Amino acid sequence: MSGPESFIQIRGVSRHFGNLRAVDDLSFDIGAGEFFSLLGPSGCGKTTLLRLLAGFEMPDAGEIFIDGQPQSQLPPNRRPTNMVFQSYAIFPHLDVKQNIAYGLRNQGLSKPQIAAAVKEALALIKLPGHGDRRTNQLSGGQRQRVALARALVCRPKVLLLDEPLGALDKQLREEMQLELRQLQRSVGITFVFVTHDQEEALTMSDRIAVMSRGKVLQIDSAERLYEAPNCREVAGFIGSMNFIDGMLREIAGDVGVVDVGPLGLLRVKLDGAAGLPPGPVTVAVRPEKLTLSDQPSTDPVDNNLCGRLTTRAYLGDRNHYYVEVDGREKPLAVAAQNPRRHEGLGNPAGATVWISWPADAAVLLTA
Amino acid sequence: MARRRGSDGLSIYATLYLIFLYGPVLLLPLFSFNDSYYVAFPLRSFTFAWYREMAGNGPLIEALRASLQVAAGVAVVSTVLGVLAAKALTRYDLPGRAPITGFIMLPLVIPALVLALALLVVLRRILDVELSLFTVAAGHVMLCVPYATLVMISRLEGFDRSLEEAATDLGDNAWQTFWRITFPLAWPGIVSSLLLCFSASFDEYVLAAFLSGNQATLPVFIFSQLRFPQRLPGVLALGSCILLGSLMLVAFAEWIRRRGTGAATLDLAPAT
Repeated sequence: MSGPESFIQIRGVSRHFGNLRAVDDLSFDIGAGEFFSLLGPSGCGKTTLLRLLAGFEMPDAGEIFIDGQPQSQLPPNRRPTNMVFQSYAIFPHLDVKQNIAYGLRNQGLSKPQIAAAVKEALALIKLPGHGDRRTNQLSGGQRQRVALARALVCRPKVLLLDEPLGALDKQLREEMQLELRQLQRSVGITFVFVTHDQEEALTMSDRIAVMSRGKVLQIDSAERLYEAPNCREVAGFIGSMNFIDGMLREIAGDVGVVDVGPLGLLRVKLDGAAGLPPGPVTVAVRPEKLTLSDQPSTDPVDNNLCGRLTTRAYLGDRNHYYVEVDGREKPLAVAAQNPRRHEGLGNPAGATVWISWPADAAVLLTA
Repeated sequence: MARRRGSDGLSIYATLYLIFLYGPVLLLPLFSFNDSYYVAFPLRSFTFAWYREMAGNGPLIEALRASLQVAAGVAVVSTVLGVLAAKALTRYDLPGRAPITGFIMLPLVIPALVLALALLVVLRRILDVELSLFTVAAGHVMLCVPYATLVMISRLEGFDRSLEEAATDLGDNAWQTFWRITFPLAWPGIVSSLLLCFSASFDEYVLAAFLSGNQATLPVFIFSQLRFPQRLPGVLALGSCILLGSLMLVAFAEWIRRRGTGAATLDLAPAT
C-alpha cells in the first residue's frame, strides 16, 4: 500500500488552535528519498505540519503514515523521524561530540560504535577535530551543521528541517543550500524542508507544496510552480507576475482568446487542452517574458499592448520598467537584462512603448 | 555635569545608609570577643570564652541542630515541589493556570501570624497531630514553596523549549529528557532555590514558635534566652558563627548563579 511514491502519506490531517485552522484537512504523499519543501508565508501552517510529522503536535483529525505505519499513536521519541530545529536546539551543557552522540545513546550502540559514528558524522559536516569544542565556541553555520549531524547520525527514515538556514547570512545560506542538497543526495534520506524563502525552495527541492491558511495550493516541481501556477495566489507568491483580468470568449484550437476590455483581445496558449468554460479569467505573465519596443511586434501570434513608460527600477543584473496601460490601475512590469554597462533604453519617462509577448508566454488562471 | 567623589550629599546619604544596614550586624562579632556580660561600650579585654561557652551549651547546640535539620529538609522538599510546579506551569497547557499560580503564591502575602494560627488550629484541633519539628517543617514548606516555584519558573522560562523537544526527538522519553536536559540546565536555579528555602526556614520565628512542641528551633531558643543577660554573649558568639556561615553560603550561591547566567547568555547569543 505504500510504494516509493507514497513513503509518507498524509490523509485528511487537521490541526486547530481554537478557531484557527493551522492545518486544514490536508491529504498528499511524499516519495521516498525526495527533497520535499513546504513553502508559504508565516502563519500558513507549514511549521505545524512539520511538527505533526515529528509528533510534537497531534492531529485533531486524519492520520499520517510513514513507510506504511500509522504515526498518530506514537510519541516523538518512537517515530522514524528526526528534526533540525530553527533555533538548532544545540544542548549548551554538552560538547559537540556529546551533542552528536545524544540520539545514538538511545539506540543501544556500544561506546566504540558511537565514537565511530560521531567521527564519521563530523567528517560528513566538514568539522573533523571539532568534537571536543564547547558549543558556545561555534559559529552560526557550525551550530547548524552540528544540529544536522545530530539528527542524521540517527539514520531517520525522514529528516524534518524547520527553516534551518533562516538565521544565516546570505552568502553562508547559499553555500549551505548547495551542501544540504548534495548531502541529501548522498545519504538518500527523505527530507521535508520548511521555508518561507521561495528562492531557497526553488533551488533545493524536488517538489514543493505551496501553503496558505492551512491549505496546500499546489504541489509541483520548481519549474512547474514557476511556469504553470494553478491559481493567482501561487502565481503571485512565487516570483513576480503581471495579472490582467478579462473574459474568456472562445477557445480556438489550443489558444484561448481573452477579452480584456479597452485593451482588446489577448491570445493565451492553454496547457491542458481547454477544460475552461467561458467566463472571467486572469491572464498572468511574468515580467521577463515581456519585450519592450518602440513598435508593435509583427508576428501575428504575438500579443501587443501600447503604453507609457513611467519609471525604471535598476536591479543590477536587470532593469524593471513600469509601463502604464490605458484602462489599468497598476502599471505592467517588464524585466530587461542589462547586457551592457551603459543601458540602452535609458529612462525616458512618458515615452510611448509597445509591450509584446507570444501566446505561450502567459498562463490563464480562473479569476 | 562633573561627578565628584565623596563630597556630594548623595554619597553621604549612601554611606549613612550602609552603616545603618550593616553596623548593627557588625556589632555582633565585635561583642562576641568582648570579655564582659554586658553588651556596652567601652570594650573590655579580648576573649574566646563565649565561644567555649557556646560549644558547651547543650540546649543551644541542640536547637542549632534542630534548625539545621528542619531547614535542610524544608529546602529539599520545597525545591522538589517548586520544580514540579514550575515545570507544570511553564511546559504544559494547564487549564486554570492563573488561579493555580495564585494559590501557590498566596503564602507570600498572608501574614505569618495568621498562617501560624490557622495551622495550629488545623493541626491540634482538627487533625490532632502532636507538635514537633515535623509540624514546623510542614509550615515552613508552605512558606517556601512560593519562593522555590518563582525561582524555578524564571529559570525554566529562560531556556529554549525546543531543547527538550530535541531530546524527545532524539529518542528520550519524558523521564530521560528531564534528567539529561531539564535538570542540568535548571541546576543553577535549583541551587538558588535550595539556598533561599534553607535560609528562609532557618531564621523563621513566627511559625516555628507556634508549631514547635518541646523541641525549639534556634530562633525560638535564642528568643527564650534573652531573659538571661549572662547567656547573651554566648548567643552573640553563635550569631557571629551563623553570620560567617551565611556569608560563605551567599558567596557560593552567587558563584553558582554567575556560572548559570554566563551559560544562559551565551545560549541566547550564538557566535557568528
